Amino acid sequence: MIPTVVLAQAGATNDFAEMVAEGLSLGSIYALLGMGLVIIFKATRVLNFAHGALTAAGAYLIAAFASIYDIPGRWIPGVAPWFSWTLSVILALIAAAFLGVLLERAFIRPMVGEEMFAVALVTLGVDIMLRGITNDFIGTDPRPLGDPFGTQILDLGWVTVAYSEVAQFFTAVVLVAGVALFFRSRTGIAMRATAFDQEAARAQGINVGRIFSIAWAIGAVLATVAGLFISIFPRRSAGVDTSTAFFVFRAFPVVIVGGLDSVVGAILGGFMIGFAESAAVSYLQFDFLGAGFGGIVPYIVMLIVLIVRPYGIFGTEEIRRV
Amino acid sequence: MLEVANLEVVYNDVVLVLRGISLEVPDGSIVALLGANGAGKTTTLRAIGGLLDVHEGDVTKGHVTFDGADITELDPSDRVKLGISQVLEGRRIFGELTVDENLAAGAYVNRDRKATSAAYDQVMTLFPRLAERRKATAGYLSGGEQQMLAIGRALMQSPKLLVLDEPSLGLAPLLVQQVRDIIVDVNKAGVSILLIEQNANMALSIADYGYIMETGKVVMDGDPQKLLKDEDVQEFYLGLHGDEGERKSFRDVKHYKRRKRWLS
Repeated sequence: MIPTVVLAQAGATNDFAEMVAEGLSLGSIYALLGMGLVIIFKATRVLNFAHGALTAAGAYLIAAFASIYDIPGRWIPGVAPWFSWTLSVILALIAAAFLGVLLERAFIRPMVGEEMFAVALVTLGVDIMLRGITNDFIGTDPRPLGDPFGTQILDLGWVTVAYSEVAQFFTAVVLVAGVALFFRSRTGIAMRATAFDQEAARAQGINVGRIFSIAWAIGAVLATVAGLFISIFPRRSAGVDTSTAFFVFRAFPVVIVGGLDSVVGAILGGFMIGFAESAAVSYLQFDFLGAGFGGIVPYIVMLIVLIVRPYGIFGTEEIRRV
Repeated sequence: MLEVANLEVVYNDVVLVLRGISLEVPDGSIVALLGANGAGKTTTLRAIGGLLDVHEGDVTKGHVTFDGADITELDPSDRVKLGISQVLEGRRIFGELTVDENLAAGAYVNRDRKATSAAYDQVMTLFPRLAERRKATAGYLSGGEQQMLAIGRALMQSPKLLVLDEPSLGLAPLLVQQVRDIIVDVNKAGVSILLIEQNANMALSIADYGYIMETGKVVMDGDPQKLLKDEDVQEFYLGLHGDEGERKSFRDVKHYKRRKRWLS
């Protein structure tokens, strides 16, 4: 067993290494959120303000499957906890994908061809509604996600990282690779074609409606994975609660920095903002600013990028008026 | 065989664009559809391809049938599956994708791998230039190459009928000739062609039958040789003038005079 220790105070380990580890961890969450937003935006030209609600709903689904109702673990006794937890997460991800498709069919599909602004406001409405429903399920107390990582910490001497952070980073890498591979598949090419020219894509016989659904399913799955890592140690160890949905507001700067229509931008933007935030937490400690300054760093970075490159670092210039 | 019967199309519930147009494309033939700007050529193509809805257009009368089946209300993807492929005006290739990916997007409905790779080989032999630039980003191709890619993309669907909307648009005369030859080659491979063009010379030189549209109606149709010899066609589509050296302005021509002649 690797010994569990309390998070070392600054100074006990290499400050810089700690900062990098924290940046990678935060960055991978931001990258997951940003990728979901960008995929939905690219394929459907919808800026999805409901991403926060999707994150919270996804995290709640994991909590429901894994710890509240213990599905499918309750039917298969004698299985290792981590294995049944993984199964629960997979089920929750499938449920989240269906939730994404459902939302797209019910609220976004009728808006096809409408102003981008109008659709964005519809997603804002969806966000409020879905958040209300999710919060009703969550209740007043946070719901733990029952993850097997717990508060275990990997202590390398010069740096300490939580097991969950290691898992998170590798999950993010796998999902980024997965998304990259998906875009080379038949459906992925069709999605990129749809993103580039919807009418021409329809003329090729591409079922644009199905592409929209797939994009929302992927977005919801990525939001759920992000929701999982937001709701466990070391972020919010208590679990998913009624304020989880608001975490996503920090991901909007990510996609604006990276460019709304660039997946690469979302990934790099995610890590950029993750590092900026963690650097601010480590090094920017002014009395007059008080604690929690790190929380506003994403927005400062966003403001600077908006001034220099309004369409994002990797974004296409045409969409600057968004 | 494609049949358009008495088709009437209204945009935004008020703008009547097609006023009962009828035409047919028999199997294995090349049919040219000519007309000036705003005559409704592209609207006809949209009605055939199923792309009216995004432009707020509706078929209010008439129907489109393909091989006997009524396809007036069908989804574009179902029409592609039936064998109708279209090349949109202005090429509309997927500029951010590579040439190969454009072709793969074209083959989206073609789930049969063997058929897809056969179609791919066919496109590559038909367009050697595309074979050379397979990995290139489509947006950086020249205009002629893009037009070839647009045609190749449609051919990936192994169509029975190919509808082309102004394939000569914005191309140099030499390239127009090349596109014309390609259309003939595709037709020889057994694909019927509906060619929508402003370049009457090019279209009529290869067509088996020609239609001329004006303000949403077919005003004249018949054998291309006959059309080419017609005075009005020569005057308005080929830029030839009856009297040597004497230039005529459209303003001097009375509209009713032409109408009368065409309808008689």
